[in-house]
Amino acid sequence: MTMAGPFALRRLGFRRAPLVRLASVPVNPELQGRVFAPTDPYLVGREKVREFSRAVFATNPINHDPAAAVSAGYRDIVAPPTFAVVVQESTLAQLLAVPDAGIDFSRIVHGEQRFSYSRPIVAGDELTATLSVTSIKTLGANAMVTAESSIVDATGSHVVTASSTLVVRGDA
Amino acid sequence: MSTPTTPRLDALEIGQVVADADYRISRDGLVRYAGASGDFNPIHYRDDVAEAVGLPGVLAHGMLTMGIAVQSVVDWLGDPGRIVDYGVRFTRPVVVDPIEGAGIAVVAKVGALDPDAGEARIDLTVTAHGGTVLGKAQVRVSLR
Repeated sequence: MTMAGPFALRRLGFRRAPLVRLASVPVNPELQGRVFAPTDPYLVGREKVREFSRAVFATNPINHDPAAAVSAGYRDIVAPPTFAVVVQESTLAQLLAVPDAGIDFSRIVHGEQRFSYSRPIVAGDELTATLSVTSIKTLGANAMVTAESSIVDATGSHVVTASSTLVVRGDA
Repeated sequence: MSTPTTPRLDALEIGQVVADADYRISRDGLVRYAGASGDFNPIHYRDDVAEAVGLPGVLAHGMLTMGIAVQSVVDWLGDPGRIVDYGVRFTRPVVVDPIEGAGIAVVAKVGALDPDAGEARIDLTVTAHGGTVLGKAQVRVSLR
């Protein structure tokens, strides 16, 4: 997903924002609690896992070699812990596409990220993500949106929840 | 599946350093991560765009820094599937010089032990250019 870097938090005056601001809240508060339609299934490819692993310096054989993964007890090679962001990305695109969200793409910075796993993602998984907006908080002119993407496999079993807190800058 | 090299939960102590690693991010690495992740925001590879939006330079993807930092813990564990929870706050950007790149230093310490769950919490200190770049970076690992 495309977002300004965290540096923008300070550069855009995040810390200096007034404590109370009634007008120009940058996000529609009615988004809180909204649950989106599940995404189309994402098939985790073995080469994609290897490509992502190389990009994050994941050199463990379990990330690359099916035989090593199987001997460690997995069905196929295991994706690095942050790989779920690839699947999560399409849900955040859903959020940004909501016409009445009021979220201006160019005003977003990534504040926090978390992944909570029930089991690791392995090659061959067919994953579907469902986005919920769990919290919208206003902090001065800015809004903090917490979006949770619950990712399940083809049997419907939970694999990982990817949670992002996005800071949406209001009018300065 | 536990192997002879899997760290033992009962041998860990709070505050113990379990990993101390240095990584170097290059501009090539940013392009590689852009392709692997699908995040093609040009502030991560174009100096002109970074400058136009007022940034001090091309920045590493926060998710790349997050992804690299946890590898120190994975290497200690010997198994990427033992990470059960991983969260960070993005507190400061990592500027990546076109020639020198950027160094990332990671120190991983035992923050908490949960023998009932067979899990440990590992706390990461992640610095670049002398400053902390990830806040509250915590990894929960299964050692069963």
